[in-house]
Amino acid sequence: MAGFRADKPPAEVYRGYLESGRLGFQRCAGCGAAVFYPRVLCPACGGTSLGWETSGGRGMVYATTAVYHRDREPHNVALVELEEGFRMMSRVDGLPAEEVRIGTPVVFEVRREEGGPVAVFVPEEG
Amino acid sequence: MSLRDRVAVVGAAESDLGEVGPGFTPLDLIGQATSRALDDAGLTRDDVDGLFSASAYYHMPTLSVGEYLGIRPRYSDATNLGGSSFVSHLLHAAAAIESGLCEVALITYGSTQRSDGGRLVSGSEALPYEASYRPRYPVSMYALAASRHMYEYGTTREQLAAVAVAARKWARLNPRAFRRGPLTVDDVLGARMVSSPLGVLDCCLVTDGGGALLLTSAGRARDLRQPPVYLLGAGEAHHHRNISQMPDLTTTAAVDSGKRAYEMAGVAPAEVDVAMLYDAFTINTIMFLEDLGFCGKGEGGAFVEDGRIAPGGQLAVNTSGGGLSYNHPGMYGLLLTIEAVRQLRGGCGERQVPGARVALVHGNGGVFSSQVTAVLGTGDTV
Repeated sequence: MAGFRADKPPAEVYRGYLESGRLGFQRCAGCGAAVFYPRVLCPACGGTSLGWETSGGRGMVYATTAVYHRDREPHNVALVELEEGFRMMSRVDGLPAEEVRIGTPVVFEVRREEGGPVAVFVPEEG
Repeated sequence: MSLRDRVAVVGAAESDLGEVGPGFTPLDLIGQATSRALDDAGLTRDDVDGLFSASAYYHMPTLSVGEYLGIRPRYSDATNLGGSSFVSHLLHAAAAIESGLCEVALITYGSTQRSDGGRLVSGSEALPYEASYRPRYPVSMYALAASRHMYEYGTTREQLAAVAVAARKWARLNPRAFRRGPLTVDDVLGARMVSSPLGVLDCCLVTDGGGALLLTSAGRARDLRQPPVYLLGAGEAHHHRNISQMPDLTTTAAVDSGKRAYEMAGVAPAEVDVAMLYDAFTINTIMFLEDLGFCGKGEGGAFVEDGRIAPGGQLAVNTSGGGLSYNHPGMYGLLLTIEAVRQLRGGCGERQVPGARVALVHGNGGVFSSQVTAVLGTGDTV
């Protein structure tokens, strides 16, 4: 291995979490901010001490849209706010795309898709 | 240092617009617009020594434009802030002229996206953390913001539709507008859904088009052909690139860019006679009215009802017909500015806002990402 080199690429660590069925995110040791998407410094304070944590996977739909197609049913795209304090783009599975509502409690699941594992959410039971 | 009153727009012109037909290139449209703007100003090509452009077609746009036009600038700026680039170029050109780095600035843009296939030509890369979910760029991102605005403030689809209807009413007064047929709220609500809550008539047009603006020092401007339109203030701001990173989906960085522009100009929202607000989607107009202080946060939906931003309403907004009904050639910030200049010159015919002295131009780029505001004024505001 030549030259100056950081640890593993953040994207690779994130994918490793997904491969093992977990949702990984970063926490800044300096200011405590939850950081997503993964990077090499904290966008809240600029600090470089970011540690990885596993999310509990519980969140709420923050924004939602149904993307329409000419030849098939619409698919959902949502922004989900996780309890740990970060927000990510995802989709809500398990109900029609147009019926996803802001404020709905959702939980994380992994879907294995062609391009690799993907983080999605489903409505929380009960 | 304030740049207020230091430079003026002295030339402004569109290229051919709408659908120019196969074979024309964006550079052809830039050539058309530039020669018309030079005629408008009473300047020649050899007067231009500063060149500003942005493009989804040309990786090094000022190089391509300089070569095509035969201009060898001593100052060159290809800042790309999406559709807001050209409003940003106003500020950058003012700084360059004021500091003596150039004397006559040409800001220009062209796109043939409609003739090329009728889809947005965009160099935007997808964020890997968003791409898996297949949002339709950029409409789904604006739809997410609209969904949140509706949730937090009770904004309705009817209110979004009112924005499109007002834009069409202005377009019906503009012979250069692409869509000029009658349009009702029901038409907008009944149109094909694209990415809920935005239907196809909540989305800007996909047209060809281009434009050119010429700026020079206030001193030189007074000797030229047209009454100068002065740059009173301008400000830039951006807080994110990707929608999942936008801090609050119902408030844009226009709060900051607007504040900066108003402060430099010494102008308050109530003094604005014409507001050109980049309407890529109907939600944009509503959020920019709020963020730029024309109404309170969450009140934009009610503000646009009852024809308040249509001809004869309380505030003249997007008098060309906007990106929704006039033209939207991929990046719209240049055409937005041209209309403001025309209003301040008093040359808008049927849609002229009587006695317009102050115009606000607000450019948007990316997905509510880049926000750039400029305040322009007539000679008696200086």
